[in-house]
Amino acid sequence: MAQQARTLVEKIWDEHVVAQDDGAPAVLAVDLHLVHEVTSPQAFTGLRERGLPVRHPERTVATADHSVPTTPRGLPILDQMAAAQVQQLTVNCREFGVPLHGLGDPGQGIVHVIGPQLGLTQPGMTIVCGDSHTSTHGAFGALAFGIGTSEVEMVLATQTLLQRKPRTYEVRVDGRLAPGVSSKDIILALIARIGVGGGTGHVFEYRGEAIRALTMEQRMTICNMSIEGGARAGLIAPDDTTFEYLHGRAHAPAGPAWDQAVDAWRRLPTDDGATFDRSEVIDASALEPMVTYGTNPGMGIPITSRVPDPDAASDPAARRALEHALGYMDLRPGQPILGQPVDVVFIGSCTNGRISDLRLAAAALKGRHVAANVRMMIVPGSDEVKREAEAEGLDEVFRAAGAEWREAGCSMCIAMNGDQLAPGQYAVSTSNRNFEGRQGKGGRTFLASPLTAAASAIAGAVADPRRLPGIEAVAGIGGR
Amino acid sequence: MPEPYGLCRSKVVPLLVDNVDTDQIVPARFLKVTDKAGLADALFRDWRFDESGCFLEPLFVLDRPGMAGRQILLVGDNFGTGSSREHAPWALAAWGIRAAISTGYADIFRNNALKNGVLPIVVDPETHAHIAGLLEDDPDAELTIDLAEQGILLPDGTTIEFDVDTFARLMLLRGTDELGYLLNKTSAIDAWEAAHPARVDTRTEAASSGS
Repeated sequence: MAQQARTLVEKIWDEHVVAQDDGAPAVLAVDLHLVHEVTSPQAFTGLRERGLPVRHPERTVATADHSVPTTPRGLPILDQMAAAQVQQLTVNCREFGVPLHGLGDPGQGIVHVIGPQLGLTQPGMTIVCGDSHTSTHGAFGALAFGIGTSEVEMVLATQTLLQRKPRTYEVRVDGRLAPGVSSKDIILALIARIGVGGGTGHVFEYRGEAIRALTMEQRMTICNMSIEGGARAGLIAPDDTTFEYLHGRAHAPAGPAWDQAVDAWRRLPTDDGATFDRSEVIDASALEPMVTYGTNPGMGIPITSRVPDPDAASDPAARRALEHALGYMDLRPGQPILGQPVDVVFIGSCTNGRISDLRLAAAALKGRHVAANVRMMIVPGSDEVKREAEAEGLDEVFRAAGAEWREAGCSMCIAMNGDQLAPGQYAVSTSNRNFEGRQGKGGRTFLASPLTAAASAIAGAVADPRRLPGIEAVAGIGGR
Repeated sequence: MPEPYGLCRSKVVPLLVDNVDTDQIVPARFLKVTDKAGLADALFRDWRFDESGCFLEPLFVLDRPGMAGRQILLVGDNFGTGSSREHAPWALAAWGIRAAISTGYADIFRNNALKNGVLPIVVDPETHAHIAGLLEDDPDAELTIDLAEQGILLPDGTTIEFDVDTFARLMLLRGTDELGYLLNKTSAIDAWEAAHPARVDTRTEAASSGS
């Protein structure tokens, strides 16, 4: 019997359904469970109360990233609650036998940076974590999504989850990006178009010429922010770029198992003739660098545009939301976003804290200096990224430019670790959320790409990276 | 173990803002807890209190006279967008909220709410506007949410029907949780795992790196 044409997501879904009762969600098997200190303690407590073990500690891996300071590792964690939370993770992992890349371990880093780096993230897998940016791992053609703490407990106990099958949403990105425009700008443009709830109930599959041309790290940036478009997951079909990235990594299959794995992975991409529930097409060649002006990631504009006018909004609710956002951001309707002074520039996070992001920032900063009014923080996504950057001398470039070079962690993306904005401060950030207070109570965030962030740090204001001297050469730097 | 979800009869807290994100519901700095205690005070913290912990003026809706003890929240579209923190429904439940009414929720928030006795009811925009109008006329109007019958009884005696995931409804009504259900599937899980070799072993590298 001929198999019906299926999408990438449907193939992974079908393979992982363990059981399904009438009217009930599917029992879905989980291949890899990533754990961090913030969303796991209550789950381990639940296991203890029920007297349950972790079913597969060897399919589980933990790290400390959210609440850890990015100051030198020799210093104690000053925040008593954060220190207790990190300590609790260590206790829980030891008691339940879960491998932990804790502080001081060379494998430590942001959970969504270390999974791919260790070769744990592989095509065709189901991957979950108590963190909404688990969508990052979709870049490898894995079905990866964030879960709550109750679900963390379920996965720890049973290595499965109850899930309704998601609807599918094709995002086709045609054409080629212009120099100075990056994968971050693709995803910010998508979210600006469909809104922060646009993908609710769906899983994105990013396809098309522009996606194929991206490196793995650039793909991770796009998939990472699927959740900002309302989709719990966003996938890209695996291809030679994926396999090249994975080959030789610590946990990737090796020897004959590698060839078998690649054969299986080549069968994953969406079949010709398979259909999606929804579809959206973006022309990459028409994109400019994007920047957000408001208080959710859907409030984004091309960097040469002006801040929208609430009076031009389509309905009263949209007008009120825009007025509120501009009030919080203290921006005027119709003002250019270019030239808006900034106090802080943050390069890092699970969105843009990888080595290629740092290389771009270094290329832009080399021989230049951060503006006198700006504090620039550069935070590697993992300890390995930090070592790699230092081996390439990027840290010297950053320090010479007047930027801070810090230890790995979520840092100012989530502002629960000591790194935060002061009330009223403006920041250009390469992270993923510009919600009110996200980077510190009263802080104001402009989300943008690493190149835009670096250009803004030099200018002391929101700046267009395409005006950086030698941008063609700078934009060509990257890898992976 | 959760309590069986009985009738919810209450006045309503109106919060008619679209895209309320989980960083507003519980700011990240309150996520350093290792239990679920004390989250009621973190609920909408930065919309309620200034830096020194004093109420902001004008008072946020939760803190206005007569709001304490209300169990139903009428919210705007795409409520709970953003992070996966279950602290958001924990905080809502700790404050006393048992149901929300909206035109839509973020996926992860909806899943988390259902597991914590906070029923995320979805209605169409016309019905939503009707309820909002009714509360404008009488801010103390009482609604009765009957999950078993999948209906919201309005003060005028009319009932609004709503859809809810059949499985989640059963779990709430019985006061059972999904983990119990999954533990009963152990033999099916064993069989699946026997047919599907593990994709990774997370221990090997961690052991070699000395942790």
